[in-house]
Amino acid sequence: MELRKSYFADVRKDDLHEIGQARPRSDSPGHVTGKTAFFADRNFPGMLHLKMVRSPHHHARIRSIDTSEAEKHPGVVKVLTAKDVPHNVYTILILIQVGPEDETVLADGKVRWRGEAVVAVLAETERAAQEAAAKVKVDYEVLPAVFDMEEALKPGAPIVNEYHGQNYYLYDSGECRKVRFGDVEAGFAEADHVLEQSYQSSPIEHAPTETTGCIVVPEGNDRFTCHTNTQAMFFTLDNTSIILQMPGSKLHFVGGTVGGGFGGKVDVIVEPIAILGAKLTGRPVCFVYSREEEMQISSPRAAEKVVIKDGVMKDGRIVARKVTGYTDAGAYSRHSPYGAQKGAGHYPGPYTIPNVWIDTYCVYTNRTPSSAMRGFGVTIGDFALEVQMDKLARLIGMDPLEFRFINAYRDGDMKAHRQPTEGAALIECMQEASRAANWPVAEKYMAMSSYVKGT
Amino acid sequence: MALALQTFATAKDANGALKAAGTRYLGGGTLVVRAANEGDVSVSGLVRSTDPALSAIDVGGGKVRIGASVTMAEIARHPELGALAKAARAVGGPAIRNMATVGGNLFAPAPYGDFAVALLALDAAVGTDDGERPIETFLAGRGDSRAIVTSVSLTLPRADSFRFLKVSRVKPKGVSVLSIAVVLEQAGDGTVSSARIALGCMADRPVRAKAAEKALIGRTLDPDGIAPALAAAGEGTAPITDPIASAWYRAEVLPVHLGRLLLGLA
Amino acid sequence: MAKVPVQFTLNGSEKAEFIDSGTTLLNALRDKIGDTSPKGGCHQGTCGACSVIIDGELRLSCLTLAETCNGAAITTTSGLAEGGVLHPLQRAFLDAFATQCGFCTPGMIMAAKVLLDHTPNPSRDEVVEALSGNICRCTGYEPIIQAVLTAARANSQNAA
Repeated sequence: MELRKSYFADVRKDDLHEIGQARPRSDSPGHVTGKTAFFADRNFPGMLHLKMVRSPHHHARIRSIDTSEAEKHPGVVKVLTAKDVPHNVYTILILIQVGPEDETVLADGKVRWRGEAVVAVLAETERAAQEAAAKVKVDYEVLPAVFDMEEALKPGAPIVNEYHGQNYYLYDSGECRKVRFGDVEAGFAEADHVLEQSYQSSPIEHAPTETTGCIVVPEGNDRFTCHTNTQAMFFTLDNTSIILQMPGSKLHFVGGTVGGGFGGKVDVIVEPIAILGAKLTGRPVCFVYSREEEMQISSPRAAEKVVIKDGVMKDGRIVARKVTGYTDAGAYSRHSPYGAQKGAGHYPGPYTIPNVWIDTYCVYTNRTPSSAMRGFGVTIGDFALEVQMDKLARLIGMDPLEFRFINAYRDGDMKAHRQPTEGAALIECMQEASRAANWPVAEKYMAMSSYVKGT
Repeated sequence: MALALQTFATAKDANGALKAAGTRYLGGGTLVVRAANEGDVSVSGLVRSTDPALSAIDVGGGKVRIGASVTMAEIARHPELGALAKAARAVGGPAIRNMATVGGNLFAPAPYGDFAVALLALDAAVGTDDGERPIETFLAGRGDSRAIVTSVSLTLPRADSFRFLKVSRVKPKGVSVLSIAVVLEQAGDGTVSSARIALGCMADRPVRAKAAEKALIGRTLDPDGIAPALAAAGEGTAPITDPIASAWYRAEVLPVHLGRLLLGLA
Repeated sequence: MAKVPVQFTLNGSEKAEFIDSGTTLLNALRDKIGDTSPKGGCHQGTCGACSVIIDGELRLSCLTLAETCNGAAITTTSGLAEGGVLHPLQRAFLDAFATQCGFCTPGMIMAAKVLLDHTPNPSRDEVVEALSGNICRCTGYEPIIQAVLTAARANSQNAA
């Protein structure tokens, strides 16, 4: 590893003992010997296996559920439906006052996406649970479904989620998250060129090698130990406490060893129902997604649509940027209202633009609920923004890297959401990229600095 | 009901046990154990046979008889089956090739079953206790097959007459976008005198591209010569749509890849 | 439920158990015998995390029924270190930062071991091919490939 000391020499210490040094990973000896204990590397006598009966429909009313045959199946110990869950309607971010509660642990009266959990079967073996799950009879009345965000926002579209009442998340700022900075229309009027483009992405699955799951062990004193691969230990503990109406002191979560997450294991899905199963049966319970469930049921990165309209001058300055962003939450909020909000703050990009207008919508559709994944709310936006930057550079006949130097934010610049820029370092990164990629730029750009005024 | 395995010394005895409802034959396990793991509760019993004939490879007189339990890895490393090695190596990664059998590959639904595509182009005969059937007939009715496949037999192609291509997005091991196998005979003037073309992923099972075969006869293997065959390549196909590619995409790229294979560019 | 006997050697020691017929080798190793180094990532033969060596050949324990392994010699990653000394592959994975989440690591090491057992000085392409059935979703392939090449060099130096 090489530390380039020519940058920020006056703000960096050189007498650090750990930073800049290669150190062995503390978990690696366990990994290479196979001794690292992932949640599933535990085995408890009498452990039950939980399998979920899932909705085959994108949107349907549940007329009735008949679990009688499943309950009689050999090896079945317990069958759970919505009425067994103490606080069945929840939302993860209620912990930070982002409501309303809009998602069911087990479907109650309605399913809103194909794959939604309806009935949980607990049995002595995986096989018995699978066989019994196939015997649960659910009578559905199929409802019209909506899969496209713009269709969902049109008047008369089927309402996906009644807890919201409309197919978008209602922020305190209204139907979308808004950023207003300068006068964007004046900027477009002043611009030499205006370019409006639309970008969109499909959902992306994290596909961790280890699927989502947990093993719950009743400790015999009304306390439950939950071995889990969640990436969000305390979010999960607190939400479980709400869903099961059980004090957090009764819940002992053990985890931190995750066989790949990438944001796909931050939702609170398997733990509450497994703990409920352990509570109602008094037995250890294992609930782990099959590979198919991991691919089809676990939250993906949201599909997004980004419409960017830019005003640019012939000399390379971007003078106005208007962005409308759409985040497809799927049927439930999970982390998407936060993702869409993050996009609003991010869409100007790492560029200083005097006139900015941002609207970002978090939209509900009858698709698999989306959630966190590596920079969600930002990553797809960056794809759109940087493609747009290349198009703008081409439009005015400018080198795309030099075009970015002209617009790069620097320390002290006011961002559109009213946070002054500090520690930017974009100029320096681009200078290094110019050298590394052998993509030369004019000397004046190589002499610029993120934090020295007037360069 | 749990999944139980019964082992028999002969294929004949295993055939008898297969008559029970919910029973499937266990070859390398890459299809049937996978299905059971994914919760396919229609599989309740497994049957296998340790009959040595199922594991034999007999080469002689330009022909080969391959026992149904022979694995892809065994074919790939057999000194006299060099012509088939590329197709055998196209299946799975190293571990899968140590397990996946010739017999199982005949039943693998698209996008799997790349080796069966090669066998179809090579006009193999599929053997059961009832005798041998042409592979084309066998594949068409494979869903109803209740008899254990014991062998495949074929005439070994000359190295220059057989061509195989598997197209995948991930290298070196990825699931097929499509696979193509071609057996060509050329006259002295270089024109094609006979052609058999088999396609994988262009239906739920390997299929012949008969229109393209016909369009190649009498033509030379250059861009103009093969153009009619490429135009006809998709005739009669019903490509699958899966996470790897849509039916539309497969139909679009089939002529591209067939062209590369015929021109020796693949 | 009918129990069937299985008997094989695991990392050189004799194991005998009664298991449910139809149990996969992966589940038998993990749940009955207590060797959790093979991991269940997909149970479909797609990810390679459950890779073990059976009679010298790389196999997927998730698709292998335990009762078909009677009399076999089975090797898993948990058996590679001898007397507390890491196998050269384990050492190389450690030194090369070839592990991230660690879930694919035992399977990767099995695939690499079979390669080096048959091909002590593999080319880079041969390493890539040998690991092609093993998925690392943290996408740390490059350090893994380098670790295998480093282990091969270490082996050949020891042999010289």
